Amino acid sequence: MSVEPAAVEDVAAGLRAVGYLPGESTALVSFLAARLGKPILVEGPAGVGKTELAKALAKYLDRRLVRLQCYEGLDEAKALYEWNYRKQLLRIQAEAQGTGWDAVQDDIFGEEFLLERPLMTAIASAEPVVLLIDEIDKTDQEFEAMLLELLSDFQISIPELGRIEARTHPVVLLTSNNTRELTEALKRRCLYLWLDYPSSEHELEIVRLHAPELPQQVAERLVEIIQMVRELDLKKPPSIAESIDWARALLLLGAEDISPEVFRSTLSIIVKHRTDLDTVAERVGVRLGVASP
Amino acid sequence: MTEGFPAGVVAFAETLRAEGLAVGTSELLDAFAALGEVSWTEEPAFREALAATLAKSPEDRRVFDLVFERFFFRAAEEAAMRQGVREQGAPGADEDGITGGEQIDYDNLREQLLQAIRDGDESAMRDLARLAIAAFGRRGEGSGVLGVDVQRIRRALGLRSEPGGPPPRDPDAPPTPALTRDQIRRFEQLLRRELERAQIERTQALPPSRPLNELDRALPSGPLQDLAAVHRVVAQLKRRLATQGHETRGRKRHAHVDVRRTMRASLQTGGVPVVLKYRPRRPKRPELYVLCDVSTSVTSASVFFLSVLHALHDAFRKMRSFVFVERISEVTDVFERERSFKAVSDAISKDAGVADVSGYTDYGRVWREFLASVADDLHPRATVIVLGDARTNGRDPRADVFASIAALAGRTFWLNPEPRLYWNYGDSVISAYEQHCEAYECWTTRQLEDFVKALTRPYA
Repeated sequence: MSVEPAAVEDVAAGLRAVGYLPGESTALVSFLAARLGKPILVEGPAGVGKTELAKALAKYLDRRLVRLQCYEGLDEAKALYEWNYRKQLLRIQAEAQGTGWDAVQDDIFGEEFLLERPLMTAIASAEPVVLLIDEIDKTDQEFEAMLLELLSDFQISIPELGRIEARTHPVVLLTSNNTRELTEALKRRCLYLWLDYPSSEHELEIVRLHAPELPQQVAERLVEIIQMVRELDLKKPPSIAESIDWARALLLLGAEDISPEVFRSTLSIIVKHRTDLDTVAERVGVRLGVASP
Repeated sequence: MTEGFPAGVVAFAETLRAEGLAVGTSELLDAFAALGEVSWTEEPAFREALAATLAKSPEDRRVFDLVFERFFFRAAEEAAMRQGVREQGAPGADEDGITGGEQIDYDNLREQLLQAIRDGDESAMRDLARLAIAAFGRRGEGSGVLGVDVQRIRRALGLRSEPGGPPPRDPDAPPTPALTRDQIRRFEQLLRRELERAQIERTQALPPSRPLNELDRALPSGPLQDLAAVHRVVAQLKRRLATQGHETRGRKRHAHVDVRRTMRASLQTGGVPVVLKYRPRRPKRPELYVLCDVSTSVTSASVFFLSVLHALHDAFRKMRSFVFVERISEVTDVFERERSFKAVSDAISKDAGVADVSGYTDYGRVWREFLASVADDLHPRATVIVLGDARTNGRDPRADVFASIAALAGRTFWLNPEPRLYWNYGDSVISAYEQHCEAYECWTTRQLEDFVKALTRPYA
């Protein structure tokens, strides 16, 4: 059934096999998380593959991925559990007259009337799962505090039912775009992984993996340009997701080389701000023109 | 390192704490648990395992890397010294370890080195670094200052980071791919390390350990990245303000039932109002008046100040901003109109019209003008924040006018971009103002956070 990694190299090879090229620390931290049963807090700029890591881990470990997308105003009812109010009401109405209150009360606060939300699902699942709590920085601090019980003890307290403990140990990933500082209490419970933009060799490998038909020299040039663009002072530097998109676009266009024309017409794939577009067109466009006459 | 491996790791954690990382006992326990799972004879695994458990933010990670390098280098050197291990052929130690100085020719060395750097072969790089130091030392160019020597050796080897690098001698050969700046930096680190080791061998003593310099913590000058950090602090400020006062105000006043929402909620229970909905109590937010010095004496800081202003504007509705040099000028509308920081700073430097003749700050006049324009609006709920260095250029500080402003406003804060050490030296008259307001030094984002704490403290 599910895979238990025995060494860091296993994790690295396994992730590679499902199409995710991990950096050294990525493989190591994933391995530690699986062995120690600690959640991982993954931070880094948007589009460097934080969510992908969770998906790849789930695939490699052969576990189901349970995903909780966070947003402002997310509350316990949406994340943990909710009582199925309508069903409870029906139950009460269907009950014959004269049934004692105690009997009804025992009935309607049973697991039958519980609507499981992602966190509950992950805890109660009979099979071990990978739980992805995406963009935790988007939620309020109160929600973070609520997560603490879950993350350290893997249990949830429901007043009417008592404590529900995890039957299996889920691998938990929390991702954050660093839009706000997370609380110390949360960080303390997690292993920390900072995913940054990859080195050029690593990125080339990733691009080659996702667009294998792209000619080698175009891929090299693409990575070189992307790295150049990242050096500029941009609002949103292009990340790996953008490199891959660009590679695919070039493939579709059948480009043999990245000429200034091609670059200009496909620029909007890698740069997504009006002001950034101007900066990049100015700075990189000129260098391209000189470099490839 | 006192004894044994655990003591070493604990000592390392101590060093991290001294550098300001929050390493608790639970983190240390995690670190040991993690080390139990990896083979710690390999440096990368050892290092990453420690980093994942001890350093929990990108800033912490940067400090961690610096401390890691330094700590374990020192530990190894200390152990070597204690056990009397000396390297054969260490540069400066004895001469016949390497086969003759004249045989090392720079071109050959450079070729090998380029290859090693490109392959990322660390041990080859280290050997070559030692070779380079030996060759270099023999030519008698060592200056004794590590940083200078590193740069001289790098230059002598012709290592440069721009494309092209050293021109290939064979024109038909494919052009060698350029070295990236990171690769060069990596080599420089090794070079430095080897020089340091040679020095330790010569003197038989470790140089005194220093804390990391403040440079990497001080406000970075790149305004865009910097802006993100400032925005983060101000966002925190906003959140504190939103929740502030709940505990003090709390149960004093009875809550008002929101009839409309209660009725709506009662639809779920067949018209019986089971759940009462209350009107939310909204804490009153302070009105902010921010005055920002943009004169030349605070040039470096004013970018920082403007970004604070900019971030505050995103966070607060009721806020009026002023910039001043000799005169004062209200820029509230500029901030409201322009979203991007660059446009704002351009607009201010162009049309604010705050510099009159000399371009030197005239605090006295500024206070008078400020008081004249806002005296009617100031009230005890208002908060006045001044961002400036309190250097009057010898003019009358007019602390009395400032005092009357402070008396009208509820609270007055002063943020000074100079370290406290420089306060009241030269023409700084901060002490005259300090009696009427709370003054904070503020030249790092951490200090800005301290200020945020003070600002959002509930009213006394």
